[in-house]
Amino acid sequence: MTEIVLPKPEPSAAGPSGRPLISLRDVHKSFGSVQVINGVSLDVARGQTICIIGPSGSGKSTLIRCINALVPINSGSIKVDGIEVNDPKLDKLALRRKVGIVFQQYNLFPHKTALQNIMMAPVTVLKQDKVEVEARAHALLKKVRLSGKEQAYPGELSGGQQQRVAIARALAMRPDIMLFDEVTAALDPETKKEVLYTIQDLAKEGMTCIVVTHEMGFAREVADHVYFTEGGVIVEHAPPAEFFGKAKDPRTREFLSQVL
Amino acid sequence: MQPIYDWFRLFYERTGINLTFIYDSFDRARMIKGFWLTIELSVVTIVISIAIGVFGAWLRGSRFTLVRRGVDGFISAFRNTPPLVQIYFFYFGLGYLLPRVMDPSTGTMAPLVTNVQWAILSLSLFAGAFNIEIFRSGIEAVPKSMLEAAESLGYTRSQIYWYVVLPLAVRNCLPALGNNLVNLVKTTNLAYAIAVPELMYVSKEIWSDATNVREMMITLLIVYILLVAVLVAILNRIERALRVPGYIHAGGH
Amino acid sequence: MLRLRDAFSLPLVSASEGALRNWRRTERAGLAVLLMIFVCSSAYAATVVSGHDPIPVVLWRWAPLLLWGFLFNLIISALSMAVGTAAGLPLGIMQMSPNPLVSRPARLVTQFFRNAPWLVLLFICVLLLPFEFRVFGLRIPFPDWAKAVIGFALPAMANVAEIVRGAVQSVPSGQWESAESLCFSRRQTMMQIILPQCVKRMLPPWMNLYSLITMSSVNASVVGVNEMLTITTQVHAAEGSRPELLAPLYSFALVCFFIYSYPIGRWTEYLERKYQVKE
Repeated sequence: MTEIVLPKPEPSAAGPSGRPLISLRDVHKSFGSVQVINGVSLDVARGQTICIIGPSGSGKSTLIRCINALVPINSGSIKVDGIEVNDPKLDKLALRRKVGIVFQQYNLFPHKTALQNIMMAPVTVLKQDKVEVEARAHALLKKVRLSGKEQAYPGELSGGQQQRVAIARALAMRPDIMLFDEVTAALDPETKKEVLYTIQDLAKEGMTCIVVTHEMGFAREVADHVYFTEGGVIVEHAPPAEFFGKAKDPRTREFLSQVL
Repeated sequence: MQPIYDWFRLFYERTGINLTFIYDSFDRARMIKGFWLTIELSVVTIVISIAIGVFGAWLRGSRFTLVRRGVDGFISAFRNTPPLVQIYFFYFGLGYLLPRVMDPSTGTMAPLVTNVQWAILSLSLFAGAFNIEIFRSGIEAVPKSMLEAAESLGYTRSQIYWYVVLPLAVRNCLPALGNNLVNLVKTTNLAYAIAVPELMYVSKEIWSDATNVREMMITLLIVYILLVAVLVAILNRIERALRVPGYIHAGGH
Repeated sequence: MLRLRDAFSLPLVSASEGALRNWRRTERAGLAVLLMIFVCSSAYAATVVSGHDPIPVVLWRWAPLLLWGFLFNLIISALSMAVGTAAGLPLGIMQMSPNPLVSRPARLVTQFFRNAPWLVLLFICVLLLPFEFRVFGLRIPFPDWAKAVIGFALPAMANVAEIVRGAVQSVPSGQWESAESLCFSRRQTMMQIILPQCVKRMLPPWMNLYSLITMSSVNASVVGVNEMLTITTQVHAAEGSRPELLAPLYSFALVCFFIYSYPIGRWTEYLERKYQVKE
């Protein structure tokens, strides 16, 4: 079980990074008697994109949800930009303003249009000016290549379009970090590409991303670092070239041989 | 048992909570009779309404349009009208139409059908109408392919219904059927309106005499809740006994 | 598995999924049956030679009064549903509160009023509620029909609470998750995201409940409220208590209630269909 601090991050467009933006140390989480996360430590520097891959049930989705405090951890520490997530007095609002998350099931609000979905949180929660938020929402829809779909309801959009609206919705809160939980798993191959391109654009612009995915091609192209989890621990991690080329651990190689 | 009864009499004198149906032998007898009559009403109406449900669901699949519409009309008429008015219609309205016969025990002319029997008839038809709907949706949830298989094995139509469709349909609709039966048990107290001496009627007589309305009300509530709990336990037992491992019904309630 | 809690749901008066298409045909058939009963009983009564007025005349004479009585039934049930819904909505939301001090009593109240037989609750309200209120020196009478309204509103409230709870629980948990990750508070999530999605889901069972309450409103005659059924009895007495009049009079009541349920059933069917298509 290797749990090493990330190697020196490559100089990214976002500038030099000092301490890591996200830092997990020896995180444990169990549901009842089932140990889902069994001592995970990793660091993510600002501007980095990391991919987490692994078989189902290896705790990836739970890990993501622990980072933005949707699921509390049993022990260990998670630090997001200096905020300790495991703190009982955590200011959840402050944390979630920094961390945006996109789910596998999109989870758009079906009774609101795409534009309203994007605008709802900044207006209602952050109490920002409506006119300004609307302008930003239009810009975000343009960014995810869905201009013209402002008045569409989620039921009228395809899966890929819904997912891109979900990404825009998370971006509307202007987070520093974006978490993606197997966002293309529920999509068919054509629509997958649209979403993956969107994430790739985000990564290129310097957004710090943690992407849980099954898309090996995407991981190879976009990730700065790839982590392989199994049984609640990180088995191996490396930059993509090394990871996909010469994986060290036999479990990693077995998993890769099954999916590639 | 007498000491228990006396204790309750003392209880009344000390606290003012008057439970005459425990310590007074006359009231106690009335109460027990009323309780048993409620049980009898419940059991008989449950059985008859299930029979009506099975038979009606079978008729509903008939080739003849008139038969199907007839069953539809029956269901619709009983579901969209108040059960109390139905009881009145049967007992007062139809009761008049039937001849009177000489009742040997009292030596007077008594109606052919007693009020208890009218209550049972009316309530069974009411619950039976709902049951037909429930069984029908349970039957419709049985996959057509199963019927085809049975037919190609040589079963006749009524054999298919009895041996293949019904067993599966029953498992499909048990929860909804259970709900309906529970409601039926609670609805039996409408028989009060035609002077059937079931639990509610007897309680009213007791509280008219002893003016202990509060105590009788609470007792009634408790007894009905217990009755229903027993029925639910029995239904759960049946459901467990009928459970087929791995069979998940398609659709249904 | 039939849990005790689930056992006390309402019988379905409205159409189940399979019968949606056949609704109109079914209801016409039902009306036909009832009208047949009405006509037959009237015809039979007409054969009773007694020198009194024939049935159509009797009914024509008394129909306005009977229909006023019916209207009173409708008013009672509408008021009960209004009160029950107004009380049931917060009760249902309270049942789901994360604070056990709020949710446990709410659950108890709901289960109690769902399980109790409606006639017993009616009696309790009519007999045990005070006959007048004294407020600021004013005496406000509390008539029997108002007590009956409360008596019906109590089970209505409990059933509405269950409908609300069922609807909220049927909203996918992903909605809660995404709302939470967008920093919505629990109250904001409820009011802006969850409840608006629930309204559609709640309407069919609510309409079903409304139908049931309307049917039950005649039970108020047992406790002495002057509604259609009591008026029918009085009409019968006014007509010399001719026994052959009973069947036509009661079947007239049956027809009235049936005709009232029909539009409700149609509307419920329309709502169920609309809701299914949208999803």
